[in-house]
Amino acid sequence: MAITQISLFLMNQPGQLVDAVGAISGAGSNIRAMSISEANDFGILRAIVTDTDKVCEALKEKYLITRTPVVAARMDDRHGALHPILVALNESNINIEYMYAFTGTGPEEAYVVLRVNDAETAEAVLHAAGIGTLSDESLKI
Amino acid sequence: MRRYYQPEIETAPREKILEIQNEKIVRQVRHVWDNVPYYRDLMMKKGVTPEDIRGVEDIKKLPFLSKADLRDAYPYGLLGTDLKNCVRIQSTSGTTGKRVVAFYTQHDIDLWEDCTARAIVAAGGSEEDVLQVAYGYGLFTGGAGIHGGSHKVGCLTLPMSSGNTERQIQFMMDLGTTILCCTPSYAAYIGESLAEQGYKPEDNKLKAGIFGAEPWTEEMRRDIEQKLGIKAYDIYGLTETSGPGVAYECEEQHGMHINEDHFYAEIIDPDTGEVLPDGEKGELVFTALDKEAFPLLRYRTRDICVLNRTPCSCGRTHVRMSKPMGRSDDMLIIRGVNVFPSQIETVLLNEGYTPNYQIVLDRARNTDTFDVYVEVSADQFSDLMSQIQKMEKSLEAALRTMLGISPKVHLVAPKTITRSEGKAVRVVDKRKLHD
Repeated sequence: MAITQISLFLMNQPGQLVDAVGAISGAGSNIRAMSISEANDFGILRAIVTDTDKVCEALKEKYLITRTPVVAARMDDRHGALHPILVALNESNINIEYMYAFTGTGPEEAYVVLRVNDAETAEAVLHAAGIGTLSDESLKI
Repeated sequence: MRRYYQPEIETAPREKILEIQNEKIVRQVRHVWDNVPYYRDLMMKKGVTPEDIRGVEDIKKLPFLSKADLRDAYPYGLLGTDLKNCVRIQSTSGTTGKRVVAFYTQHDIDLWEDCTARAIVAAGGSEEDVLQVAYGYGLFTGGAGIHGGSHKVGCLTLPMSSGNTERQIQFMMDLGTTILCCTPSYAAYIGESLAEQGYKPEDNKLKAGIFGAEPWTEEMRRDIEQKLGIKAYDIYGLTETSGPGVAYECEEQHGMHINEDHFYAEIIDPDTGEVLPDGEKGELVFTALDKEAFPLLRYRTRDICVLNRTPCSCGRTHVRMSKPMGRSDDMLIIRGVNVFPSQIETVLLNEGYTPNYQIVLDRARNTDTFDVYVEVSADQFSDLMSQIQKMEKSLEAALRTMLGISPKVHLVAPKTITRSEGKAVRVVDKRKLHD
């Protein structure tokens, strides 16, 4: 069920990000969420886009790009909403590599993107705790 | 204070040196012909017999030896005597496929140590001196060669080996070292460490340093001399010919005197192999005149330099060679270690990388910096930062195993390494080692 995140390998230099985002834009896709992590020489741009296939096709010549299944957990946009999600994952001993969040299209609707060691189990654990998750289909709004 | 270790030979008239060389080369060619089938075959292919060699004038008729021959003949193919007559080996920094193992009889060790003893005396050394050997000991020729020469001169010898700078400084200050022997970059590092500990140049008892095994500049010499309050002398050698001491500087600090009674030097055009007239720049070729166990004739060093036969004010009559001004192959000398770009390529392919890489060399605090930029391929890329950093570390470890020194690895995006006319630029050397 999990959703597909794309990751781009970019050099940690001026001009890299603007070019990459321009390329995604040129592919006609909306970026629903993104995060960047940086090392000395390079960075990794991670994004949830509305049209993953088109973006990958358009960018694969010029960029190192990879797809990764991640879990997008639904939460209310209010204080305390993230905590039960993390409690549920922790109780099942699921490790989180990294995470970032974005707001949904509905009022007070937010999502947290979780990169975990086992997306399938994580999703099942969240569902059992009554927490909803997104699928690729539901993203293409 | 004695000025020369072996004055009768170091200051011998030119005719005398020529006489010695003529006599030795005739004997040496016969020795090699009789004992080294590998070289005998090369001579036969060239149609040369020992009878054709009547003096050093005829050396140009002999075939060359190169690093490739050493590899083909590894390990015993160039051995000039029975192993039972050999007492030691030394070896190059151990780079796979390029390793040189040199053999020595006691006679060979003696002549080598005579050479380093001459270098030590030329730097002002005597039995009054405390000589600290901070070259590496072991297979590397640096430590062993200087150590032996120091004994011959009668210096109090501190066999420190390289590294552990704290301890180097402690012994240097407590025992009053007067002569320091190590690589120039390590000397500079020791100088900086002394300053950091609050020592001024006049606080130590050092008067001279004998530095070699890696390229260094006049600028670096001045820097080291100032930091340590010493006079810094250059020394040259290579494992193939015995080790350091093939040539060394005198107080003039203007070219290194080649120990011509043991080594005959030629300068050749690296492309044609023609011997060039004195004063012209070309590849340095050595013929060992009296080594028994590893008697290389016409060995191509790949070092580019110039010979200077003008008389030297120090009184030594032996020809002087300039500092090497470059290489006629693609070998790099990084922190004193020989590195071929092809070795880096081999590691990359073994580790699943593309051969798209660039080596960047520079100097920071008088030490070589060694960076390798490598393009990542699509199947290696991960969304996890930790994974990519692990890849860098593991590639660094693989390169260290192959080269003996640690580069800093930088993974970069595909097609980001500078290409000139479609060909990737493999080496960017910013060290400015040659004028």
